[in-house]
Amino acid sequence: MNTELTGVIVTFLITVLLAIPLGKYIAKVFSGNKTMLDFLNPFERFIYRMCGIDPQKKMDWKDFLKAMLTINLLWFVYAFFMLLFQDKLPLNPDGNPAQTPDLAFNTAISFLVNCNLQHYSGETGVTYLTQTFVLMFLQFVSAATGIAVLVGVLNGLKEKTVNNLGNFWSIFVKTITRILLPLCIVMAVIMAFSGSPTSYDGKDTITTLQGDTVNVSRGPAAGFIAIKHLGTNGGGWFGANSAHPLENPTYLTNMVELIAQMIIPIAMIFAMGIYIRKRKFANVIFGIMTVGMLILLVPTMVAEIHGNPAIAHLGVAQPTGAMEGKEVRFGPASSGYWSIVTTIISTGSVNSMHDSSMPLSGMMQMLGMMINAFYGGCGVGILNYLIYIIVAVFISGLMVGRTPEFMGHKVEAREIKIAALVTLLSAFLVKGGVALAAYFSAHHPEIAWAVKPSSWLNNPSYHGFSEMLYEFTSSNANNGSGFEGLGDNNTFWNVSTGIVLILARFIPIIGPVAIVGLLANKKYVPESAGTLRTDSITFGAMTFAVIFIINALSFFPALVLGPIAELFSR
Amino acid sequence: MKKHILPALKLTVVMIILLAVIYPLAIAAVGKLTPGKGKGETISVNGKVVGYANIGQNFTQDKYFWGRPSAIGYNASGSGGSNKGPNNPEYLKLVQDRIDSFLVHNPSVKKEDIPAELVTASGSGLDPDLSPAAVRIQVKRVAAIRHLDEATINALVDAYVQKPLLGLFGPAKVNVLKLNVALDELH
Repeated sequence: MNTELTGVIVTFLITVLLAIPLGKYIAKVFSGNKTMLDFLNPFERFIYRMCGIDPQKKMDWKDFLKAMLTINLLWFVYAFFMLLFQDKLPLNPDGNPAQTPDLAFNTAISFLVNCNLQHYSGETGVTYLTQTFVLMFLQFVSAATGIAVLVGVLNGLKEKTVNNLGNFWSIFVKTITRILLPLCIVMAVIMAFSGSPTSYDGKDTITTLQGDTVNVSRGPAAGFIAIKHLGTNGGGWFGANSAHPLENPTYLTNMVELIAQMIIPIAMIFAMGIYIRKRKFANVIFGIMTVGMLILLVPTMVAEIHGNPAIAHLGVAQPTGAMEGKEVRFGPASSGYWSIVTTIISTGSVNSMHDSSMPLSGMMQMLGMMINAFYGGCGVGILNYLIYIIVAVFISGLMVGRTPEFMGHKVEAREIKIAALVTLLSAFLVKGGVALAAYFSAHHPEIAWAVKPSSWLNNPSYHGFSEMLYEFTSSNANNGSGFEGLGDNNTFWNVSTGIVLILARFIPIIGPVAIVGLLANKKYVPESAGTLRTDSITFGAMTFAVIFIINALSFFPALVLGPIAELFSR
Repeated sequence: MKKHILPALKLTVVMIILLAVIYPLAIAAVGKLTPGKGKGETISVNGKVVGYANIGQNFTQDKYFWGRPSAIGYNASGSGGSNKGPNNPEYLKLVQDRIDSFLVHNPSVKKEDIPAELVTASGSGLDPDLSPAAVRIQVKRVAAIRHLDEATINALVDAYVQKPLLGLFGPAKVNVLKLNVALDELH
């Protein structure tokens, strides 16, 4: 057990130690300072020339958003039609069928918004063409979109009064060429040498030692696994995601994948501190987020290592903890750690099946996604945290009787309205969605649909409710993990979660950009003794309290009906 | 929005070429240098492939060490776990059945010594490993049916225990397929 705990602790320490230099590097890239990868300059100029982009052209916040939304819309149309006709296209050695329109809608949206909900299984639901040309492509560009928007927002916060958030195209291209692609190449090589397949060969048929004939699914997975983590996407090449022995073959790859999914979100915090010249502000945020992670992590790891009381009741030993849905090579400590990392970071990859986690762990996983700002996804984690900060600035302003200010700009009614809207949206989408699903499941279980609501749930009672709650929470957080027992590949779930995915991605992106765009336009108010400092530990604790209160008010009743009831009903 | 469409379209094409063509092909080229040549590492007996090193197999015969229960019957054309909640009564009954069946095949084992991993399904359904304890508890059965002494088999198991990474991180484990191949070669 001790080697399992040291494994977790060392994994986290390596992540932070690597994130610090990476953060410095990212700040250099976007400041235009010299870096090791400057030999890429001519290549990037070539891209700009090919695409008719002027990388120097300034964009105000509306223009910036329009560019981002235009290209996202284009990607959606492209992805949808590719998935719809994948059976007629090349690179389909296993002869997999086309996706139905509702599934293609859900899949295209979910990869576009960095969620990767995956209502299909990688082995049967997609082809090598759509895996690489659509899904892997979207994993890169959706992560780059999140980072580019954050950099735009930071450009607005950096200067005293400014109309210019930078050039979306140029920030986007640099995110790909300078950050994501180089890191992915390194990681994909590690994955390849650890046993993840890279070739385009289709399924293999073998006769096992005992004489059974089985098929083995394969495919060029190594590169996909790299971006799925570095881009905090989480969508698996194989159905079982990173529990699959070809997608995560060893404890070493498990550490690499854990580090990879966390490194850019943490590095972005440090990069922000350097980039906007407010290191203390960034360090306090990092501290608060780490405390938040630990509060979710410790109970989860304890519950998983302790094992399932119901199994203990049957009289067998649990020396390796709760093993249902877990792999021997990772063990309960690392699986518990992964389940929290992947839910707070918005990755949504799994190395154990969350549906079989202990009730307490299931609750912590859902809380991680509900808060969605303890580190959070590539770029968007900090944007989510920014919304909490604006609310905290407002509330503390009211408490001390001063005009709320943030980064030298007055925060006024319009900004607060936007922040409140974004905050309330997630409670509305999650609970609205669950209410609808629970209504059909309870009152119309035999309604004449292709898949009847009575067959949605894989578990009875409170845990069944948790399956629905988890699915909408995951969609709203753009996370992508699931209580996978839920029968979700049908029209109701594909369409309802698809709509939640779009709203929950773009409104929390548009909100902060608009807030910062509006703030940056205002007159700069120099800091004075009367200014409420946002880089103090006190203010950090205040933000933490705001996060706690908002989420407790929003989600506690729902959690009571699911994991909490399950925990206390034994 | 109109002025953004053309750059967006061109940038999409360029990025598809870079990220969906050049990148995976480069990785595939590197993959050719790896032990499995990028196709997955296989294990052969007398020149015949009997399995993939990392993919678990179904072992039901008493002469082999058994791996973990699998929700997908170890058919690696798919993957997945049972997704059963920890308190699901149906699931707990299934676990009870597995315990009973294990005790029938291993009469000398006491119930409280059975490690839970032998009666619970893995996450992928393809878990290739067991903890050393879960292997050792089966030694008596395997030794009896193969008419070998337990010490020989215990020594073999010891040789196949893979220590934690660098001796420091993660659990110790035994690859069940590799162990069973070696077991057959003992004769």
